[in-house]
Amino acid sequence: MNRARRLRLRLFRTVVLLLFGIFFLVPIAAMFEFSTRGVGVGSERTLSAWTSILSYPELTGAIVHSLELAAITSIAVLVLLLPTMIWVKLRLPRLARFVEFICLLPLTIPAIVLVVGLAPVYVWVTFNFGDSVLTLAFAYVILVLPYAYRSLDAGLSAIDVRTLSEAARSLGAGWGTVMIRIIAPNMSGSLLNAGLLSVALVLGEFTIANLLNYPNLQVEIAMLGRANAGVSIAVAVASLLFAFALLTVLSLAGRTPGRPVNVEEE
Amino acid sequence: MSAGVEVRLEGLRRRYGNVIALDGLNLVIQPGELVALLGPSGCGKTTALRLLAGLEEPNAGRVLIDGRDVTRLPASKRDVGMVFQAYSLFPHMTARQNVAFGLQLRRVTGEAARNRAAEVLDLVGLTAQAERYAHQLSGGQQQRVALARALAIQPKVLLLDEPLSALDARVRSRLRDEIRRVQLEVGTTTLFVTHDQEEALAIADRVGVMQAGRLEQLGPPTEVYARPATPFVAEFVGLTNRLPGVVRSGSVEVRGIRLALVQPDTPDGPAIALVRPEAVGVTVNGEGASGPLAGTVIATAFLGATSRVTIDLGDVTVIAQLPTSEVGIVPAGTRVELALRPDPVLLAGIEPAAQSVSGQGSD
Repeated sequence: MNRARRLRLRLFRTVVLLLFGIFFLVPIAAMFEFSTRGVGVGSERTLSAWTSILSYPELTGAIVHSLELAAITSIAVLVLLLPTMIWVKLRLPRLARFVEFICLLPLTIPAIVLVVGLAPVYVWVTFNFGDSVLTLAFAYVILVLPYAYRSLDAGLSAIDVRTLSEAARSLGAGWGTVMIRIIAPNMSGSLLNAGLLSVALVLGEFTIANLLNYPNLQVEIAMLGRANAGVSIAVAVASLLFAFALLTVLSLAGRTPGRPVNVEEE
Repeated sequence: MSAGVEVRLEGLRRRYGNVIALDGLNLVIQPGELVALLGPSGCGKTTALRLLAGLEEPNAGRVLIDGRDVTRLPASKRDVGMVFQAYSLFPHMTARQNVAFGLQLRRVTGEAARNRAAEVLDLVGLTAQAERYAHQLSGGQQQRVALARALAIQPKVLLLDEPLSALDARVRSRLRDEIRRVQLEVGTTTLFVTHDQEEALAIADRVGVMQAGRLEQLGPPTEVYARPATPFVAEFVGLTNRLPGVVRSGSVEVRGIRLALVQPDTPDGPAIALVRPEAVGVTVNGEGASGPLAGTVIATAFLGATSRVTIDLGDVTVIAQLPTSEVGIVPAGTRVELALRPDPVLLAGIEPAAQSVSGQGSD
């Protein structure tokens, strides 16, 4: 009975995994197929679209920029949000609802509307910080706020922040030490999640960058698509696979080594 | 190890909104002394401890450690070791790493830190568990590591914030004695906060009973128990019988027996006398027992060496505490005659002028 149940469960899991795999992989396979078509009817398969990726310097530049943006955004949102949330939790609990509302707000505003608001702000940003594509990080921090907030909130609720921080402070730790050496290691999972969500969001972001006229990866892919569909699709596939690989590596690297679980009573 | 230093709380006040948590607390803890603050929840005892730790700031008053005013000093600079009610070990560190954490912050590293960590873990008897994480330790072991962690930094003051209340009874009494042993061994001035009178009476040099943000009485456990300064202390520390009586010229008459008063200047009139269960004697008097102190045993509770007997006097029930060896002869239903030991008694509901005994009052 038990064994039959386990077998059925495994079968169910395999089927679900397979279905989702097909759902994700078929479009990617189709894109790959398209990107390897030769020009004209009946021509042979060719990897020329793939090999020519590197011959578009705007493209390689955009890839680097998007990666930089992903790094800056995820670090900035964590540095901004974690101390704020801890402070609110410990000192201003009555503001918790308000902060949550503010952080989740970007989720309810369509990107296109956000841009309308951001455009005049970016006139000021450009004036003060120059017109580097990296200034997009300001907008992206706002964009990833809801996801980072949710993830960090879950992590913070799972530990007794008050007691741990008070214990550390009574032992002589300042607030910086408390954050870095006590709180962060005990919510590494949720910090990682927040970071991964930020990276994934930034690597796939198109609307804001396009409308504010900043050439990030997705914008370059779209532009290229108008000139050379094959290369554009090849880059799209490559960036998807790259993002997938990057997220996998990050989540493996961030996983804490397992601890043995055995509680002994006195 | 560090010799004890004097701790002085002067006129400490703390408000939370409209609630006054601490209303001018004065308390001097002598070097090496263990003072327990005892009181119901919300009496201000934990607030007093947190103000001393620097985890909160007073609205008024001063905190002096070893003669130095630390009122405005943050917790991280006060040199206090603290053990919390909630389990507070850092979950991502082993017991040894937890203990060494405070040492690292004090730039004690390498051999010196290892030796010190081993020393305090040995002090609390957990050498064998040094490499375990918090989730691999029992509740009692976790609190012992927390104690070792607090002592590792050789704090000027040790603060214990109900460290035993999350533990089960058996572990609790053992750890209680162990805390006292360790405290005597290292000689650190200690403030222990608890709502459990048995705990406070068992290990403290002096017990401070608090109510509504004020210290009601401060004194050695025996004194607080035997000569409570106020009716609140009498009722909070130990069980107390409330017997109606009449005050007449400096003594109170309870059921035909005259008892001296702790405050003889009480005006005449009806009153409630507070009588300890162990001041009540029980004699078996057969079926014919009558009179104001004759009654029927309605329950007996076995407490170990002593037992608690509840007697129905008709209009009031009285609790007597007797050696267990005597209880066998008074099963429920037995008619008995009570005797009241002629100790001076306090009256409930009377607010004597000397109630707000402050810090230095009674040592």
